Amino acid sequence: MHHVVLDRWSRGRSLLHARDARVKIVALLALLIALATAPAGAHLALAGYLALLIGAVLLAGLPLLPVLWRAAFVLPFSATFAVVSWLSGDAPRAASLVEKSYVSALSVLLVIATTSLPQLMRGLEALRVPRLLVLVIQFVYRYLFVISEEAQHMALASRCRAPVRAGARNWKARFRAAAGALAVLFARSYRRAEGIESAMAARGFSGHFPSFAESRLRTGDFVFLAAALSVTLAVRLGAAL
Amino acid sequence: MTEPLIEVRGLRYRYDDGTLALDGVDFRLDPGETVALLGPNGSGKTTFVLHLNGLLAGVGDVRVCGLPVRRENFGVIRQRIGLVFQESDEQLFMPTVLEDVAFGPLNAGLDPAEARGRAVEMLQLVGVRHAADKAPYHLSAGEKRRVALAGVLAMRPQILVLDEPTTFLDPPGQRDLVKLLHDLPQAKILVTHDVHFAQSLASRAVFFEKGKVVDEGTVADVAARRHWNAAVD
Repeated sequence: MHHVVLDRWSRGRSLLHARDARVKIVALLALLIALATAPAGAHLALAGYLALLIGAVLLAGLPLLPVLWRAAFVLPFSATFAVVSWLSGDAPRAASLVEKSYVSALSVLLVIATTSLPQLMRGLEALRVPRLLVLVIQFVYRYLFVISEEAQHMALASRCRAPVRAGARNWKARFRAAAGALAVLFARSYRRAEGIESAMAARGFSGHFPSFAESRLRTGDFVFLAAALSVTLAVRLGAAL
Repeated sequence: MTEPLIEVRGLRYRYDDGTLALDGVDFRLDPGETVALLGPNGSGKTTFVLHLNGLLAGVGDVRVCGLPVRRENFGVIRQRIGLVFQESDEQLFMPTVLEDVAFGPLNAGLDPAEARGRAVEMLQLVGVRHAADKAPYHLSAGEKRRVALAGVLAMRPQILVLDEPTTFLDPPGQRDLVKLLHDLPQAKILVTHDVHFAQSLASRAVFFEKGKVVDEGTVADVAARRHWNAAVD
């Protein structure tokens, strides 16, 4: 599963892994703003960002090709809009859309792949991201695996009782079965959510998520942030000239 | 006569769909005692234990350590009763094992360094210190059960309630759990279908049927009277 791979990557030891989540998030935000505001046709700037990100991936000791491949998950979405732009006669905008979305996805992936989830959550909390949002991300990440495993068990059980019968005639029955399975999965997830709530209440949860991690920013973090912001700004300004 | 740790009188509870889950349950747990709750599926055992720390509220008198189970006492009662749920995945909700075990102590107001120390101590006690920085989904079923137990022990409860603790555990895992529980000084309530497990830990068994306590005695006697054995004669 994707998030198991990401989890493994995020537990590496490199200069990038060692940086505080807060500075990585701020640097990411700056890069995303720079990308979003770059003019269409600023291919050189985007190539510059791509080269920098590839350098960072290598510096972090992550496998380059799998990272580049995973960042491409965004392309089916952005390509749809790119095709619309292209058909309406705006080819530069179409190309820019694909380039920007890919570089943005790669930068987000780089931050996630070099920051463990607990650190990322603490970083978001420290940056005053709404607590509810942070909690939702945390629970989705924690239970995605459990629920997907449950879905796999259900699919297996279904295949045991109803061996695959190919053919267009069965599509209705299969669609109905899949819809039913989805409803059961939803009901089970709901029941599990109630169980989790009880478990939290039983250990004294009163609405506030406690944390014992008090992280301090180090000199290396400030140096990293200054360098990341300077390079991002320099490339962006270079594109504007 | 010693003051009971738990005293329940005439507890009744009806679910929203109208099912009468508990129909006048009387129960008592004394210090140092281990009691097994036996009975068929749906007889009310789990519903009963959820009343002990106020997760469900029925009609009747429920007292824990002399305190009535009411909202104003939840804070104290939930520290005194440690409830280990049947589904470990539902109990382990924090991103790392260490944070999960420290969840209770931090909620109880311990300072972060003390909570961390206590969490490490409890992980050591249950034998999963090595997993402290792991995410819960990387653990085996046995390790998850131990971490769930550590999370509850970290609150230093006087009473441990374990709901079907042997579920998903292989025989060595069950044996290890028996040893671990045997060495813990707390009074215990074990909700279980496993008579051998109950016999190796509990001095007394209470048999539930249709929301009532219908039998009580040693585990062997109750199991024999109720034909509560999986073996086919």
